[in-house]
Amino acid sequence: MIVLLGVVVVILGFVTRRNPVLVVGVAGIVTGLLGKMNPLEVLAAFGRSFADSRSVTVYAIVLPVIGLLERYGLREQARNLIGRLGKLSAGRFLTVYLLVRQVTAAFGLNSIGGPAQTVRPLVAPMAEAAAERSTGAKLPGRLREKVRSYSASADTVGVFFGEDCFIAIGSILLITGFVNSTYHQEIEPTQLALWAIPLAVCAFVIHGARLLLMDKQLEREMAVAAAEHDLPLPEGADK
Amino acid sequence: MIKVEWLYWLIGLVFVVMAVQMAGDRSNPKRWTSAAFWGLLGLTFPYGTGVAGATAGNGGWTLPAEPLGVAVLTLIVLAGFNFLGKGVPVTTTGAQREASAARLGNKIFVPALTIPLVAIVCASVLDESGLFESGKATLLGLGLGCVAALVVGMLITGEKKVTVPLHSGRSMLEAMGSALLLPQLLAVLGSIFAAAGVGDQVGRIVNDVLPEDSKYLAVIAYCVGMFLFTVIMGNAFAAFPVMTAAIGWPILIQQMHGNEPAVLAIGMLAGFAGTLCTPMAANFNIVPATLLELKDQYGPIKAQLPTGIALLGCCTVIMALFAF
Repeated sequence: MIVLLGVVVVILGFVTRRNPVLVVGVAGIVTGLLGKMNPLEVLAAFGRSFADSRSVTVYAIVLPVIGLLERYGLREQARNLIGRLGKLSAGRFLTVYLLVRQVTAAFGLNSIGGPAQTVRPLVAPMAEAAAERSTGAKLPGRLREKVRSYSASADTVGVFFGEDCFIAIGSILLITGFVNSTYHQEIEPTQLALWAIPLAVCAFVIHGARLLLMDKQLEREMAVAAAEHDLPLPEGADK
Repeated sequence: MIKVEWLYWLIGLVFVVMAVQMAGDRSNPKRWTSAAFWGLLGLTFPYGTGVAGATAGNGGWTLPAEPLGVAVLTLIVLAGFNFLGKGVPVTTTGAQREASAARLGNKIFVPALTIPLVAIVCASVLDESGLFESGKATLLGLGLGCVAALVVGMLITGEKKVTVPLHSGRSMLEAMGSALLLPQLLAVLGSIFAAAGVGDQVGRIVNDVLPEDSKYLAVIAYCVGMFLFTVIMGNAFAAFPVMTAAIGWPILIQQMHGNEPAVLAIGMLAGFAGTLCTPMAANFNIVPATLLELKDQYGPIKAQLPTGIALLGCCTVIMALFAF
């Protein structure tokens, strides 16, 4: 029972908004010691699992490339490009991205996108440009944050609820590995991937609808902001 | 054969080089401690090769794990007590960027698209070729894609100095700060929880509380349990063995004869719905907020929370209706 105090440390830490790195460090030490490890074993556990989880930090290798391209106007060009693409609103654009991300992840291509690879340099600037074009004015800071947050969400929801339809993905292999070895079963990855399809459809319908609703919210809030601060209204709106 | 450890050494080297740049950056008020943090993080990558080798027991080069543990705690102290600072970014002005966007046009997308393209080719076509360490083709593809994209990017932009992308990348690193370390630390916490028996305890409590012979309650307990435990752990993979051993297998499958693939696949996805809603899944929720320079680091979570809760509902309903 007492090892559950580690979970309590995590929850309290996040609720009281302490520095997350510190929270995780303290929770790890507390849990290790309560779980009857001696201090040297706790150190070794930290070291061993840190070495084993190096793959989650690999995305840092993307930063120099994206940094270089941003220096040469990648985000600006992403905005220009979307500015020329017809009637695409931010919500519609992000719904298309959500679908593309789900379908490509379902074919195992889940490193095709990501917050560092695609969202920061391409998706978020494009969504902002689309929002500014369809509402006809510059986005105030708060709405800009909203569009960026929804851009990140389209990427994350897409990859989560697409990748499980693919059989060689970590989560599917974890399920078969765990169940087949623990309970001596012979479950095939394809059977699991089949059951991920209905939820992939639900995810697209639900999150897609919310992305489209975001357009309506943006329009409404822009209208309010324009009324309050005398921002330039969309063309023809005040005649 | 290309080994994944080589990619880790490359990342370690990038961090060390950036740390050296930071040490010389007088615009950063905390340049020495910042340099110490990123340099030490860089060194953990090659050192980790020896530690991972010792865990795998494959006869390669081995090193003790305890010194790495000390290094990790040092990183936690440096990041946790705000010893990380940032300098003035070395970059171009808005006007310069507009001008270069106009000059390069859509060619500037080529390097950005090189990364996923190379990753796809490596993960699909070259996966079976024996060129890559087995099971690591996707990860290595991402690494190779970045190296290729850097070369293509320098050719297209006409940039000749390799220090320029490193400075730009360093500015992004400084902007992200300790958020970059958080995913790896959470993975560490997950394995310490597992080693200390946190999962077994949760399973025992759930078994005590759940009434017998109630299919719908058991389905709800499994799906909601996966969701909540993932919210706490930040990772559905950590929650899955715990909740499956506690409810999914003994109750839903053995007692109530649920369809095995349906119960297990949907249970995992209920965990994914939880991942959408938690700061503990830092790499999916906090890292994007810092990368996108949001003031509210919970912005992406707020955008995902209603979807996550709705999907938890879908998981529960679909499992209750179709898995029995």
